[in-house]
Amino acid sequence: MFEKALQGRPKYWLWILFLLGITGAGFLVYLQQLKIGLGITGMSRDVSWGFYISQFTFLVGVAASAVMLVIPYYLHDYKKFSKIVILGEFLAVSAVLMCILFIFVDMGQPMRIFNVLLHPTPNSILFWDSVVLTGYLILNIVIGWTTLEADRKEVPPPQWVKPLIYLSVPWAVSIHTVTAFIYAGLPGRPFWMTAIMAARFLASAFASGPAFLIILALLIRKLTKFDPGKEAIQAIAKIVAYAMYANFFFFLLEVFTALYSNIPGHMASFQYLFAGLDGHGKLVPLMWLSVILAIFALAMLVFPSVRANETTLAITCVAVFISLWIDKGFGLVIGGFVPNPFERVTEYWPTLPETVISVAVWAFGFLVLTMLYKVAVSVREAQGPGESLH
Amino acid sequence: MSMDRREFLKLAGLTCIGIGVGGAQLLVRSRIASSEYAPAAEGLQANRWAMVIDLRKFRTEEDYDKLIKACHYIHNVPSFPDKYHEVKWLWKEDFEHSFPEQKNRYLPEGIEKKPVLLLCNHCSNAPCVRVCPTKATFKLSNGITAQDYHRCIGCRFCMAACPYGARSFNWVDPRPYIKEVNPEFPTRTPGVVEKCNFCVERLSEGLRPACVEASEGKILFGDLRDEGSEVRRYLAENFSMRRKPELGTEPAVFYIIGGGEEHV
Repeated sequence: MFEKALQGRPKYWLWILFLLGITGAGFLVYLQQLKIGLGITGMSRDVSWGFYISQFTFLVGVAASAVMLVIPYYLHDYKKFSKIVILGEFLAVSAVLMCILFIFVDMGQPMRIFNVLLHPTPNSILFWDSVVLTGYLILNIVIGWTTLEADRKEVPPPQWVKPLIYLSVPWAVSIHTVTAFIYAGLPGRPFWMTAIMAARFLASAFASGPAFLIILALLIRKLTKFDPGKEAIQAIAKIVAYAMYANFFFFLLEVFTALYSNIPGHMASFQYLFAGLDGHGKLVPLMWLSVILAIFALAMLVFPSVRANETTLAITCVAVFISLWIDKGFGLVIGGFVPNPFERVTEYWPTLPETVISVAVWAFGFLVLTMLYKVAVSVREAQGPGESLH
Repeated sequence: MSMDRREFLKLAGLTCIGIGVGGAQLLVRSRIASSEYAPAAEGLQANRWAMVIDLRKFRTEEDYDKLIKACHYIHNVPSFPDKYHEVKWLWKEDFEHSFPEQKNRYLPEGIEKKPVLLLCNHCSNAPCVRVCPTKATFKLSNGITAQDYHRCIGCRFCMAACPYGARSFNWVDPRPYIKEVNPEFPTRTPGVVEKCNFCVERLSEGLRPACVEASEGKILFGDLRDEGSEVRRYLAENFSMRRKPELGTEPAVFYIIGGGEEHV
C-alpha cells in the first residue's frame, strides 16, 4: 500500500521536495547545535525550556485530538466519520513523531537518550510521557494502516484491531494528561501548578486538532478526488465549537483564581504575559493576538450559519489554530519561567537557528503527514462514494 | 455495538482505577527509594548534613566573594560573560529576592538589599530528584542531593522543578571559560546540568566544604540529626529561616538574618 505515496503528479513531488529541503536545512543547523550546544538557542538559566518544548506540548494536543473522531465513529457508530477517521489517526502519527523529535532536539546529550530506558524511573513524569507517546504512536500506525488496508481490499478489518481501537481512546487522553502533569506538579512554578491544567490541555487539544483537521479535509477535497464529506466536516466543526468554549472557560477560571486571590506569585506570570512585568513585555502583543483570535473564533463558531459556510468555517479554524498555538505553543511554557524563582525577569525569544530547527521539525511532520494522507486518499479515491466496511 | 460500548466503559473504568492505585504506590515508593545510595565510608560522616549561614557575620563584599571564589575554583565552575549561559554553584542575591515571599518594607535599614549567599538546599524532598527521568540526580543517605554528569541527558526537567533556581545547564562548552582548572575535580561537557554538591568529594577526604572552611566561622556545617552538633546548638540559640519552607521540600540550608547590626 505504501507504493501509493511514491506515485504522484509533479505538484505532489514538488511539495515533497520543498518539505525535504526545509528538513535538510534544519538538519544542518541541528548539526551545528550538536557541535556548539543548546547555547545557540534563546534559552537561558532562567528560561530553561523554550520553543522546542512548547511545540512538543502543543503537538501532543494535536495528536490526542484524533480521539474526537474515534469516539463518535467506533463508540457511537457515527457512520459519517467512516472515511475521515483515518485522517485523524494519520494526523496523530505525524504529530507524535514531531513531539518525539522536538524532545530530541531539546536534549543536551541526545546520544544518551536511551538512559531513559536503561534506568527507568517511574517517579519521573517524563518517563511516563515517553511510554505513553511511544505507545500512542504504535497504536495509531497499527490501527490506521490495518483499517485502511482492509478498506482497500474491501473486507472488514480483522477482529484483533477492535480492542486496540478501544484502547486508543483512554490512551489519547493519557498522552495529554501526562504531558500536563510535567508542568502541573512542580512546587515552585505557580503559573503551572493548577489542577485544571490537564483538563485545559485536553479542551485546547480538542479544539486545535479538529480545527486543523477541517482545514486539511477542505484542502483534500480541493486537491484530490476524495471528498471527506460535508456532514463529517460540519460534525467536526461542532466539536471545535464546544471544545473552544470549554478551553476559554477553563482559561478564565485560571485568571479568576490568580487575580481574585491576589497572591503575587500567582498573578506575576499573567502580568508578564498580558501586561508586561518590570518593564519587560516581549510576549504581550503575541498573547493579546491569541486572545483576540480566540474571541473572534468564539463569536464565529456560535452561529450555525457561519459554520455551515465552508469559507467562513475555514477562516474560523485558522483563527482557532493560531490562537491556541500562541497560547500553548509559546505562552504557557515561557510564562511559567517568568518571573524566575527570585521574582526577577529574564526574557526569552527564539533565535534564528532555533527557529530553523523548529520549522524543520514541522516540515518533517508535514512530510510524513503528506505521504500518509497520499496513501489514504489514493485508497479512498479507488473506493468511490459509500461507507467503509468497518 | 452497544454491548461493546458498555464493556468498554467497564474496562476503561477498571483501567483508570488500576492506573490510579499503581501510580499512587509508585509515588509513595519513590520517596523511600531516593536514599538507596550510600556515601563513601571514609571521611566525615553524618545522618543528615546541614548548613547554617550566619549572615550577621558577613560584613563586606569580600566576605561573600572569597567563598564563591573558593567554591568555583575547586569545582571548575566556568564564568561566562553572557548572563544567559551563567553557571553558578554559590552566589549572592539580595534579601528581598532571596526571600521574595517575605515582603516587608519596614525591615531594619539595609536588610532588603543585604546580599544572601545562595546554593543548592539539598532538600529532603527534592523536587529535582523526583522529576529526573534517568536518576542522574539522586539522594545520598546523608541527605546530599548528588548529580551524575555522565548519566544526565540534559532534559532540564530538574531546572524547571527546582524552586530555588539552584541548577545550571552547560549551554555551551564550559572549559574555555574556566580561568584556572583544578585537576582534582572533573570539568563538565556541554549539555549537562550541574549544581552545588555540598563538597561531597571533600567530605569523603575528611574535609569540610570549601565555603565553610573559607568562611572562618560564618558558616557552620554539621549533622542535623545529632542533637549535640554545632549546627543544632546554633539553631536552638538563634532564630533561623529557610527558603520557601511552605513547599515542603525541607531545605538543609538555614539562614540567620539578624537585625539592626551594620550591613554591607
